[in-house]
Amino acid sequence: MKIYGVALLAFCFLLGKLIGNYLGVLIGLQSDVGGVGFAMLLLMVSYTYLKKKGLVKEMTTQGVLFWSSMYLPIIVAMAATQNVKAAVSQGPIAIVIGVVVTLTGFLLVPLISKIGQSKNRE
Amino acid sequence: MEVAYKLIDKNGLVFAFLVVGVIMYLSFLVSEHLFRKKIPGVALAVFAGLILALLGSKKGIADIPLFTGMALLGGSMLRDFSVVATAMGADLSKIKQAGWAGIVGLFAGVFFSFFVGVLLAYFLGYRDIESLTTIGAGACTYIVGPITGAAVGASSDVIAISIAIGVVKTIVATIGTPLIAKAIRLDNPHSALVFGGLIGTTSGVTAGLAATDAKLVPYGAFTATFYTGLGCLLCPSLFYFVLRAVF
Repeated sequence: MKIYGVALLAFCFLLGKLIGNYLGVLIGLQSDVGGVGFAMLLLMVSYTYLKKKGLVKEMTTQGVLFWSSMYLPIIVAMAATQNVKAAVSQGPIAIVIGVVVTLTGFLLVPLISKIGQSKNRE
Repeated sequence: MEVAYKLIDKNGLVFAFLVVGVIMYLSFLVSEHLFRKKIPGVALAVFAGLILALLGSKKGIADIPLFTGMALLGGSMLRDFSVVATAMGADLSKIKQAGWAGIVGLFAGVFFSFFVGVLLAYFLGYRDIESLTTIGAGACTYIVGPITGAAVGASSDVIAISIAIGVVKTIVATIGTPLIAKAIRLDNPHSALVFGGLIGTTSGVTAGLAATDAKLVPYGAFTATFYTGLGCLLCPSLFYFVLRAVF
């Protein structure tokens, strides 16, 4: 059933967030630290484990896939509910940073590829 | 009219599904016919969202009573829930296949995006650590930015900037990748894996690689899948503390 997938996702989400929140308390932040990252890791580990055990059916996967496909529309809704008016009033900062950062990434491709390739050959 | 208004007011989230669906549909239409898919529909839809947000102020379009449901759909609960769901597409056993190249590219990508973003933000006049962290995170992707911003308690306008940076990055990756591919030797699965890890925005990476060589798409998309998670893990924790120690 699809709900099994959604429930697995919910479990990983809550446990990941719990870890993130405890980590936050531990390092003196009153907030979630990397909870989403922990939840993703948990989902990957538990999903792979359950699949190996043969406990994951097609429908279970679809329950998670639905939410995974909802992430783009949700990001659109999130963009529409931000304080853009305040951001726009701060000038072309987004464009400058966005362009420079992406170009930096491009230029690093041949460099990092080289490191990886030499390591693969060893 | 009164009846319709009350209905939408009571079913805000459902109305938000409809609104976002229409935004996505129109964006993909414009992407296909006006830009011949050179700018991905997703990027246009996010841009449309940012422009619609101008109709309100603090909570964007959700400031308008009719659109309050957008705040629920785009709120942190559903956003984080759906982002976690995307991790399922990444198989743990494939991490091993990606090997060192992908892992090095991934860490380098998050590291350089963040610190180049922070450095630029610093030069552009930002001084408080929360804003610097959020802008650096936005230089990773438009998801890492707001998640980090919420975690460190940045202001909503800085979070909006961080989303805008991520959107600019997606568009530059989409348009720039086919143009620069030859110069950066982006012509094999190995470099595509590294590329996905370095750029990280899944829609930009897939759209850019599709325009370069469709065979490279899965390799780039694979490492890019991990990027946002790694960014969400590192930016509000390790990187935030590094900045707190430096400043």
